[in-house]
Amino acid sequence: MSKQASVKKHTEPLIHITKRTNISPLRAILIRAIAVLSSFIIMALLMFLLTKENPITLITSMFQGAFGTSLRTWVLFSDTAILLGIALALTPAFKMKFWNCGGEGQVMVGSLVAAMMMFFVGDSLPFPLLILLTLLLSTAVGGLWGVIPAFFKAKWNANETLFTLMMNYIAIQFVTYFLKLFGNAQGNLDPMLQFAIPKIFNGPYFLNILLILVICAIMYVYLRFSKQGYEISVVGESERTAKYFGINVSRVIIRTMVISGALCGLIGFLLVANGSCSVTTTIAGGRGFTAILVSWLGKFNPIYMILTAFLVVFLQRGTSFTGEIYRLDTSMADIFIGAVLLFIIGCEFFINYKINFRKRDKEGK
Amino acid sequence: MTLITFLVSAIKFGMVLLFGSTGETITEKSGHLNLGLPGIMCVGTACGCIAEAIFFDLVGGRRGMENLAFLAVLIPILATLIGGALMGLIFSFLTVTLHANQNVTGLAMTTLGVGISDFLIASVDGYKFTAGAKFFNTSLPFADDLGAFGKLFFSYGIMIYLSIAVAIATSLVLNRTKVGLHLRAVGENPATADAAGINVTKYRYVATCTGSAIAGLGGLMFVMDYLNGNWEYVIDAIGWLCVALVIFTTWKPVFGIFCSIVFGAFYVAAEYIPGISLASKEIFKMLPFLVTIIVLIMISVKNKKENQPPASLGQSYFREER
Amino acid sequence: MNTVALELKNISKKFGDKYANKNVSLTLHHGEILAILGENGSGKTSMVNMVAGIYYPDEGEIFVDGNPAVITSPKDAFGYKIGMIHQHFKLVDVFSASENIVLGIKEPGKFKLSEVDKRVAEITQKYGFQLNPQKKIHEMSVSEKQTVEIVKVLYRGADILILDEPTAVLTPQEIEKLFEILRRMRDDGKSIIIITHKMNEVLSLSDRVAVMRKGEHIATVETKNTNEKELTEMMMGEKVELNIERSEPKNLVDRLVIENICSKNEEGLPVLNNVSFTARGGEILGIAGIAGSGQRELLESIAGLLPLESGSIIFNRPKKGLPVSFYHKSFTEVLALAEQGKFHYEDGTPVSFDGMHHAQIRELVNEGKILFNEDDVTNLRDKTPLEIRELGVRLAFVPEDRLGMGLVGNMDIVDNVMLRSYRRGKSVFLDRDNPHDLAMHLIKELNIVTPDEHTPVRKLSGGNIQKVLVGREIAAAPSVFMAAYPVRGLDINASYGIYNMLNKQKEQGVAVIFVGEDLDVLIELCDRIVVIASGEITGIVDARSTTKEEIGLLMTKNRLEGGSENE
Repeated sequence: MSKQASVKKHTEPLIHITKRTNISPLRAILIRAIAVLSSFIIMALLMFLLTKENPITLITSMFQGAFGTSLRTWVLFSDTAILLGIALALTPAFKMKFWNCGGEGQVMVGSLVAAMMMFFVGDSLPFPLLILLTLLLSTAVGGLWGVIPAFFKAKWNANETLFTLMMNYIAIQFVTYFLKLFGNAQGNLDPMLQFAIPKIFNGPYFLNILLILVICAIMYVYLRFSKQGYEISVVGESERTAKYFGINVSRVIIRTMVISGALCGLIGFLLVANGSCSVTTTIAGGRGFTAILVSWLGKFNPIYMILTAFLVVFLQRGTSFTGEIYRLDTSMADIFIGAVLLFIIGCEFFINYKINFRKRDKEGK
Repeated sequence: MTLITFLVSAIKFGMVLLFGSTGETITEKSGHLNLGLPGIMCVGTACGCIAEAIFFDLVGGRRGMENLAFLAVLIPILATLIGGALMGLIFSFLTVTLHANQNVTGLAMTTLGVGISDFLIASVDGYKFTAGAKFFNTSLPFADDLGAFGKLFFSYGIMIYLSIAVAIATSLVLNRTKVGLHLRAVGENPATADAAGINVTKYRYVATCTGSAIAGLGGLMFVMDYLNGNWEYVIDAIGWLCVALVIFTTWKPVFGIFCSIVFGAFYVAAEYIPGISLASKEIFKMLPFLVTIIVLIMISVKNKKENQPPASLGQSYFREER
Repeated sequence: MNTVALELKNISKKFGDKYANKNVSLTLHHGEILAILGENGSGKTSMVNMVAGIYYPDEGEIFVDGNPAVITSPKDAFGYKIGMIHQHFKLVDVFSASENIVLGIKEPGKFKLSEVDKRVAEITQKYGFQLNPQKKIHEMSVSEKQTVEIVKVLYRGADILILDEPTAVLTPQEIEKLFEILRRMRDDGKSIIIITHKMNEVLSLSDRVAVMRKGEHIATVETKNTNEKELTEMMMGEKVELNIERSEPKNLVDRLVIENICSKNEEGLPVLNNVSFTARGGEILGIAGIAGSGQRELLESIAGLLPLESGSIIFNRPKKGLPVSFYHKSFTEVLALAEQGKFHYEDGTPVSFDGMHHAQIRELVNEGKILFNEDDVTNLRDKTPLEIRELGVRLAFVPEDRLGMGLVGNMDIVDNVMLRSYRRGKSVFLDRDNPHDLAMHLIKELNIVTPDEHTPVRKLSGGNIQKVLVGREIAAAPSVFMAAYPVRGLDINASYGIYNMLNKQKEQGVAVIFVGEDLDVLIELCDRIVVIASGEITGIVDARSTTKEEIGLLMTKNRLEGGSENE
């Protein structure tokens, strides 16, 4: 009698969660699509409540904002390129499980160096030499900014997330210092447009897009087909395995972060020399952080990242435009992007884990 | 006297940070590295300001507020706590229940939080919550009579004392109570805590929500007290400063009182050094971050167990099925 | 009064479709020490885990003090005053002993650590533990950590204590101290279950011994009425015929000569103590021992992953009288060796290259006219895995944790196959063509079941993962092949597949080192068997003439004081 009672008392939890070992790619895409769609619906509802406009009109206006004119389309793709560029720069670090949250700072020092070069030696150097030198220095300093945390990680295992975050703020203060010293009364540096890279087509856009597509291809090849890329993957998966197969883990960490930082520096250079021709503390505009999400959502795959970067920039530009038209605050874009990202992040759970409901029929006996 | 004003200013700014770092410390003690802190502080602050503005309307403007000074302080505080806790809840749901990556979730939370707060603030008239600032500013009546001593210790609004009280209380709870012991165990070694019968999920949820709620108060104090009720779009930057401060305090809230004043001093120092150029001031503002990096390096090099981040910081816990 | 503290009745537990325990019935009296003896995988741990609430039995009942008990969690177990001390400690490093002890207990009243300290001190005093309640775990030795675990259980008021191989991590002196304490607890009326492999401990400590084999309870006997031989026979059981093919070793050469190697773990305890043996090309050398006796450390030290305190690992290339070639030696190395007088001509006259043209020398070497004077000998000690490989020593290693060290779970078969070889060539790019061919070859040859060669190995079954690993190692054409538990978790067919592969290696003159747990397999597969216990070699036996009992006795032999037997 007591046995019967005792057996019944012991029940498994109603729901238990197990790791999925296999999921078809189609299903994974479907889950992500549902997540994006639900976040869209929620945001459309929210916007509808705020504006009382037909949601379809709202969505149309988002597309208007993104693709409405040829200039808008150019800007859309150019912005996508820049965001993608930063994400590409961060990706090798992430593949190595090194949380480089310092993209913002690494971009900023690249921009700062570029602006300083124009400001100090711009007049005394022939233009091609100036650009070349600036490019080299920007990348070098970006690399330096990346390698400092890497060194301490490799040597003493200092927490890289926190270290790279702090490096961002040091970069900001350097920029502010520079602006206060040499900027105008408002603390801005007047654009030195005479040093801009000559326009191709109708602006700086084409060059950005072209260059970053090239970098994207190179990065894809580097990670997938080069020996160094292979080492990065092995270190990221298991340091023990890496060591057993004779990979020098510290060297890989440092080398990878030089590349990561240098590429950020290069983007910083582009933002100045092929963009504003000036520097501000918001030149990276939070893209150092957004790029982390782009890279992560793109599964650290440069090709997928084109899509995720595009999604983010599309949302940014589309929502800002809609917001302006219907006199919503510009912050709507941030909210929208944040919500979409959180939905996608959350839906990964349903891809990686399986929820099992306990079957109740067992107790019939 | 400049030394006194300098210290007063350092303490004021420092206590803003103390809220944030105490909140983040509670969160991190549970093993959560919440990089959404800047966004969470923004939302908490905005909720407080909105509540104050609504209160302003309800009681019929400034005069009504005068009569209910106590509520004019309490209501925004409560609203901030709720706003922060709700954000913490979202973060916990994603990272604990859905096992999402903490760094990525945190950064998305920051984007979302900054957006929400900007949106909220844009939707109210600033003067309505600015009107409440004086209640936050009110210092103890006898502060002026005690000269420099009085100024240094009693010339502040209620929030400063609250932040110190919260830091001390947090430290007591963490180090002297069973709840604190269990929380630290969860952050250090969730598997062991789980085996000992501690509900890891519950502790992570509660710690993150509590921490987020407290952190929000930092933003509220910054706007209502430090800036006299004027909203500035820099609360996220303060949030990052708080994340840095947690490292500087080596995860000890009471030590954090001292550390936050040092941080505050670094931050405001430039204003009080005579003859310093506008530009060099910016170099001073670099100090908190520089010092944090040095501390980070030092604790890594020394590798002393007592000063390390909680061992499971940043890692999700999933009890594998057997 | 009931004298039975704990009773298991017909307990069965299955994992998958394999019985971990089958129909186990067992009793534990008040105030006694019951030793549980059995080989690896005999179901000891899974049985006590059911008593401790880690697993729940599929069938059968548990009675505590004569009343039926439902134990679904460690918490339930504590409710019945049952506490288990696991082999792997569950402690928070930065906490003090007291903090760890009190963790998770719900007590009424105010929480005060000083009170806990006091009560911990009372317990330690009562039974004679040496423990400072305020000491932090990370400052403690293993023995102190174990003490914390035991006190933790006593603090919760346990009357039944279960210790899972408590002596494995202790020094002889610490073991003696622990036993004294356990005896004192027994005299205090506590009931103690202790799992151990060491025969002398069983005999000196326990009141009764329960022997387990293959998940079943064989018998429980009074310790004073039994002896080592009887227990070993019960534990090992009858020899099972497996019919593994075994060829006679041919052309044996001393390939790897291990001499007196010693190594200590982080706690400063010896894990390898004066280990010496020779692995010969053309035979399979088995290594038998209780799990965790130093097998892992032994293989890792050979593979260049574990620093040694002393001793040498000599890799031997029998070259005496054989022609020099440029295959293993570069031109400059040949010049240097000639300088040292290491070569002679076919007629025995010493070689001197003085005044010769390079082309002339090359021709002489290529025609095989230059012969070695002596064997080519390399000491592998303190070399990194990469250095070992660069010396031209081809070691194959199938480690215990396949996915943590041998393979990368998230990479596909092709990428895993090239872990060893990806550096080949000067190009900055990987050559995936050859690894791809090899992967396809392995899939076909070894019947690896996989959707395709680009499936992450993590998604394959255990047997197929092992095939990828073993296949890759064999493809490297090794001269020494080390495998740790290569058939663990594999079904019968897969296991025989692995045995065949090892045999083939042996026939090709490779020195195979096989660490195994199933004695039947070791006896039928290997040519010689090295038995290791507590990091020391307790015997080297001929597999064709030995018995399970002989190996069993050697395996359970206690640590020798000073290790004098080898001399």
